[in-house]
Amino acid sequence: MSEARLMQGNEACAAGAIAAGARFFAGYPITPSSEIAEFMAEQLPRLGGTFIQMEDEIASMAAVIGASLAGVKSLTATSGPGFSLKQENLGYAAATEVPCVIINVQRGGPSTGLPTSPAQGDVMQARWGTHGDHPIIVLSPATVQESYELVITAFNLAEEFRVPVILLLDEVVGHLRERVNLPATVQIVNRKKPEVPPERFSPYGDDHGMIPPMANFGAGYRHHVTGLVHDVNGMPTVNPALVTKFLLRLNHKLDPYLAKISLYEQILLEDAEVIVLAYGCTARAALEAVYLARSSGIKAGLFRPITLWPFPEAAFVPRQNIPIIVPEMNCGQLVGEVVKIAGRHNVYSLSRIDGELITPTQISAKISEVISRV
Amino acid sequence: MGRLEVVLTGTGGQGLILAAIMLAEAAVDANLNVVQTQSYGPEARGGASRAEVIISQEAIYYPRVLQPELVLTMSEAAYKKYGLNLPDNAVLIVDSTYVHEMRPRTNAYYLPISHTAQERIGSEQSANVMALGLLAAVGIAALPFSLLKSAVERRSPRGSAAK
Repeated sequence: MSEARLMQGNEACAAGAIAAGARFFAGYPITPSSEIAEFMAEQLPRLGGTFIQMEDEIASMAAVIGASLAGVKSLTATSGPGFSLKQENLGYAAATEVPCVIINVQRGGPSTGLPTSPAQGDVMQARWGTHGDHPIIVLSPATVQESYELVITAFNLAEEFRVPVILLLDEVVGHLRERVNLPATVQIVNRKKPEVPPERFSPYGDDHGMIPPMANFGAGYRHHVTGLVHDVNGMPTVNPALVTKFLLRLNHKLDPYLAKISLYEQILLEDAEVIVLAYGCTARAALEAVYLARSSGIKAGLFRPITLWPFPEAAFVPRQNIPIIVPEMNCGQLVGEVVKIAGRHNVYSLSRIDGELITPTQISAKISEVISRV
Repeated sequence: MGRLEVVLTGTGGQGLILAAIMLAEAAVDANLNVVQTQSYGPEARGGASRAEVIISQEAIYYPRVLQPELVLTMSEAAYKKYGLNLPDNAVLIVDSTYVHEMRPRTNAYYLPISHTAQERIGSEQSANVMALGLLAAVGIAALPFSLLKSAVERRSPRGSAAK
């Protein structure tokens, strides 16, 4: 471990991306994510990388996909309004299976909303913001240290599974400065390259554990890239059998690897008689509330999904009839996934949408209320 | 030490977020846990500015201030919002340059911070560092003054430390 230092969440995202090997950033700065672009603009040219401030968010996302196809690990960073604009090309990245990382530091919405205030309103958009069935991985850090670590994880997952990965921060974590200890070395995963000569290469062949190897654009391997539904050679097709084959592989390619992708933290769950399920900045208030409840004799526990999508449902198996409180800084988004698993009558949503961070007291009050009902 | 919560308030441009960062960096040097946050409006300059620092030997989960022990107010608006309903045990520091009348209370310091910075150093730009010195003098016992001083020096423009 290196020395402890004070670092901001956004700065940690940028530093983590560089540590992960990212050498291309295209973006259109927006509060509360701008520091990521600022840091990248300063650092990337020194490392032989490229920083481009694009004309808008749509072009930023397109540039990121292009750079990644050429073999350079690439990212962009944005917030709600910009994230909306990135959706079209995010779908393109999912369909063409181009590894990339999108950091979305959430602010209050909808529309331009509350530019400098925290919210968690983009949880469903991160999963379903682009049209059509598609795979996506969404990670949510709760601390500055974890922001650094998870952006590296995001790149590793993107590279290994050829999928866009979204790092979903909130304004609180993005702007928070906190003591961190950055590791001296990090583990890096790079995309698989083809082992066959160019004439035998089929860019979307499915005989590689669902994740086809990827050749750098311009390296001599023919690689036709299209958002149209394509066959194993990347050529457009409307053949129903080939369409089905493509969409099934695309949408199930993460299935064999869910144990590796599903990250979560469990605190005091063994004997819990009430569970708080919280993520991002809200989990910090929730943990405080769990300890408060314990000190007053209520056996509370915390389940913190770090991977929001795919939701870590194999890990979250609450005992029968245990009440579950889901505090979120939105009108209730991830709570829907919890209801799917635990059923409607055991699950209690707790929303805060006024632009202020949810407090431990609010969650404590909900714990007491729920406990008095059962 | 337990949890120490500090709030620095005033107007955008007074350097209060930077002061909070320097305070937080000194806390890291003292091997303490620390979080620093701020809230401000959508405007680039002016408007209300509020920076928070929480210092503790324990892990800090909730990152926002709940019960501040030490509050600095460097504008009339900030004083009215954060200075008037403060519990008696909290220490309040008020910049009399901008707050023209202070309601009497215990644990209060009413001092011409910005005015003194202008008079002694020739610029109000140093008022944030002067305020930091005051905070160190009155309330942050766990933080050695030398660490705070070196945190300020690391962030000072070259040459300014000699003045």
